[in-house]
Amino acid sequence: MSERAADQAPAPETMGVGPPERPSTPTRGQPALVSWLLGVPRALVVPSLALLTALAIGAVIIILSDRDFVTQFGSNPGAALGAGLTSVRDAYVGLIGGSVGSPRAISETLLQATPLILTGLAVAVGFRAGLFNIGAEGQLYAGAASSIFVGFALVGLPAFIHLPLAIIAGIAGGALWGFIPGFLKARTGAHEVIVTIMLNYVAFRFIDWLLNQPFFQREGRTDQISRFVEPSAELPRLIEGFRTHWGIFLALAAAVFVSWLLFRSTKGFEFRAVGLNPSAARYAGMSIGGTLILAMMVSGGLAGLAGASEMLGSNKTLTPGFSPGWGFDAIALALLGGARPLGVVFAALLFGALRAGATPMQVSTGIPIDLVVVIQALVIMFIAAPALVRGIYRIRVERRIGSEVFTKGWGA
Amino acid sequence: MTATAGALSPARRGALTRERVLGVVYLALAAVIVFVFARVEGADTSAFGLNLGRGGVQLPDVVVPSAATAYLLALIAASLGAMQLIRGFGTRWAVVLGVVVVAFVLAFLTWASAGGSINFAGLMQSTLQRSVPITFGALSGILCERAGVVNVAIEGMLLTGAFVSAVVASATDNSWIGVVAAVGAGGLLAALLAVLAIRYLVDQIIAGVVLNILAIGLTSFLATRVLTPNPDLNSPERFGEVQIPVLTDIPLLGAVVLENNAFVYMMFAAIAILSVMLFRTRWGLRVRAVGEHPKAADTVGIDVYFVRYRNVILGGMMAGLGGAYFTLGSTGSFEQEMTAGRGFIGLAAMIFGGWAPVGSFLAALVFGFADALQSRLSILNIPVASQFLQMAPYIVTIIVVAGLVGRVRAPAADGRPYIKG
Repeated sequence: MSERAADQAPAPETMGVGPPERPSTPTRGQPALVSWLLGVPRALVVPSLALLTALAIGAVIIILSDRDFVTQFGSNPGAALGAGLTSVRDAYVGLIGGSVGSPRAISETLLQATPLILTGLAVAVGFRAGLFNIGAEGQLYAGAASSIFVGFALVGLPAFIHLPLAIIAGIAGGALWGFIPGFLKARTGAHEVIVTIMLNYVAFRFIDWLLNQPFFQREGRTDQISRFVEPSAELPRLIEGFRTHWGIFLALAAAVFVSWLLFRSTKGFEFRAVGLNPSAARYAGMSIGGTLILAMMVSGGLAGLAGASEMLGSNKTLTPGFSPGWGFDAIALALLGGARPLGVVFAALLFGALRAGATPMQVSTGIPIDLVVVIQALVIMFIAAPALVRGIYRIRVERRIGSEVFTKGWGA
Repeated sequence: MTATAGALSPARRGALTRERVLGVVYLALAAVIVFVFARVEGADTSAFGLNLGRGGVQLPDVVVPSAATAYLLALIAASLGAMQLIRGFGTRWAVVLGVVVVAFVLAFLTWASAGGSINFAGLMQSTLQRSVPITFGALSGILCERAGVVNVAIEGMLLTGAFVSAVVASATDNSWIGVVAAVGAGGLLAALLAVLAIRYLVDQIIAGVVLNILAIGLTSFLATRVLTPNPDLNSPERFGEVQIPVLTDIPLLGAVVLENNAFVYMMFAAIAILSVMLFRTRWGLRVRAVGEHPKAADTVGIDVYFVRYRNVILGGMMAGLGGAYFTLGSTGSFEQEMTAGRGFIGLAAMIFGGWAPVGSFLAALVFGFADALQSRLSILNIPVASQFLQMAPYIVTIIVVAGLVGRVRAPAADGRPYIKG
C-alpha cells in the first residue's frame, strides 16, 4: 500500500534530499539472503545464478552417468545416491583444487585465462557490431600459425624486434581469417555464422598441411609438430617455475584497448551503431560494409593474438590440437560478460579456472574434461534466456540483461 | 528480406555485379581447364568405369582422349562465360551455373584419371551416400524455417542422433529401435530449441549455437565416461544393403541408386513426402503462412505458436534420423564430433535449394560429391595435397552461401519471434 503511494507521489527523500544511507530497495519482511541479493548489482544476479544452476545440472549429469549409481540404483537407491554424490563431490573438489588450490593451480588458471580473455574479447567486439563470430577458434589457429612461422623463421634478431614482429604476425593472421567472413558479409550478405564455422575447418586442414611441409615441420620428426620458436621471440614467464607468462598482460592490455575502442573512439561508436541499427547507421552516413569488415578484422586479430600468445608464451611449438576449444568457450564468455571488456575478463578468469581444474579432475576422478563444455553451454543458455533463471528463482527484474547481444537472420 | 532490410547489398546494383562476377568466374574456370587440366604429358586417354562390380548388365568403360576432352569442356565453359558477360542468362542462371560446374568437374576427373581410370559409378554411389546426412539436415532446416524459426542446431541434432542411435541400437541389439531413439532424441533437443526461441524469445541463432555446444559437450562427456569403458555399448549392427529386385539391373542408375541401405530409401521418401506436404496440402499452406506472415496467419485462426512448436520438433526428429545414418548407416560406431560440420553444410544446402526439399537434395548432392571426391582422389596420384581436397566441401559451402544469399529468398518471418497481440 505504502509502496504504491510512494510510486505515485515521490517522497521527498527519493528526490535526493533524504538521508543517503537509506537503501532504495524495500527490505521489510524479506529474508536476509534476498535483500543481500538485491544489494548486489543487478548485472551479477543472473550470471551467478546461471553458473550455480549449471553446476547443479552438471552434478545431476555426473550422478546419472556414474557406474555405481546405475548398477546399484535398483537394489539400494540410498547407497547408489551416496555413490553418485561422492562422485560429484570428488569432481567439484578436484575442479576447485586444480584451479585455486595451490600457487601452481592459480598459475594454471591465469595461463588458461590468457587466451580466453582474448578470444572472449574477439567475440564481444563482434557482438557489439551485430556479428556472431563463431570462428574465433579458426582465427586463433591462423594467428598461431603465422606467429610461430615468424617466431622460428627469422633468426638472429634482437628480442625487442623479433617478439613484437611475431606478435604482430599473429594479429595479422587472425585479422586475415576474420577479414574473409567480414568481406563476404559486407559484399554478398553471406551469414557469418556459416562462413566462420566453415573457415574453422579450412584452418584446421590448412594447419594439417603446414605441419607436413619441410619448411614448417621440425627436423627429424614424422609427426605433426612445428619447429621451436626462437628464444628471441619468446614471451618470458612471470615467475620462474610457473607456466604463466607475460601474455596475461597482453590480454589485459587488449581488454583496455577494446574498452577504449568500443566506448571512447569514433570507430567503436560506428561498430555499436551498425550493430544496433544498420539502417539508422547508414542514414547517419556510416559505411555499413566497411564497419562490418573492420569489426571482423579486429575480432579476428584479437583471436589471432590469443594464438600468438600461446605459441610464444607457453607452447613454443605448433601442434594440431593445441587449443582445447578456447575459441568456442569465447562465445560463453562474451555472453556471460555481457559483451563488456571488464565482464569478459572476469568471465575468462572464471572459465580459466574451470579449464585449469578440469585436467586434474579428469586425472584424479576419471570424470571427462568435457563436463566443463556442458557447464559452459548451460551457462550460456541461462544467460541468453534470463527469463529462465528468473522463472526458476522467482526474481523480478525489469531490465533485460544481455539485450545488447543479438544476431541477424540469413538475409540481413 | 535483403531488399527490405537493405543494410548490406543494394539489390539491383548487386544483381548486375553478380552477373559480371559469374561471367568472369566461368572464364577463369575455362582458363584453369586449359592451363592445368589439359596438361597431361605422357597420357592419352582417361577411362571412366560405369559398373559397381556386381551382376546385371555390365557396361564397357568409357574411354576418352584426355587433352581433347579437356579442351572441349573448356570451350563450353568459356563460351557460356562470354555469353554471361555479354547478355546474361536472367532467370536461367542456375542451370548455366550447373552446366559450367559439371564441365569443370568432368575436366578435373579427366585430368585426375589421365593414363588410368576412375570408377565413375562408385564415385556417384559414394556421392549419394555422403549426401544423405546433409539432405536430412537440410530437410530439418526446411521444416523449421518454413515456419519461421531459424535452426542452426542441426549439427547438434545430427550428433545427438548419432550418439543415441549407437547406444540404443547396441543395448537393444535392434538397429530399428536405435533409429527410433535417435528420432526421439532429435525431437527432444528441438523441443528445447523451440522453448528457448518461442517461449523465452532467445535470439534463435544464439539458442542454436548453445544447443550445438551442449550436444558436443554432452556426447563427448558421455562417450568418454560411458562408451569408452563399455565398448559393447558402441557396437551397433549396421544396416545392410537392400537391393530392389529387377530395378537393380538397370545399367548405372540401378547400381548407384538401388543398391543402398535403408537410409537412402528413407531419404527419398522424406523428400517426396515433405515436397507434397509443403506445396500441395493445406498443412503446408498453413506452415508457409506462419513462416511468411505470422500475423496474417494468426488473424485467419492458425495457431502460430502451435505450428512453430510442431515444426521445430518435427525438424529435430528429421535431423535425429539423419544423425543415425552416421553410426547405423555408415561407420558403425560413435566417435566424438563425428558429424564434422555436416549440419552447417546442410543449412547451406537448404539455402542453395531455396528452402525446397528437391532443390535442397540436389544441392546436398553437390556437397556429397565434393566430399566423395576428396576421399577418392586421395587414392589417385594427383599433385594436390589431401588436406586441400578435404577443404573442398567447406569451401564449396562458403561459395554457395556467399554467391546465393542475395539471389534466394528466405521465408519472410524467418528468425523473427512472434509476439501475439
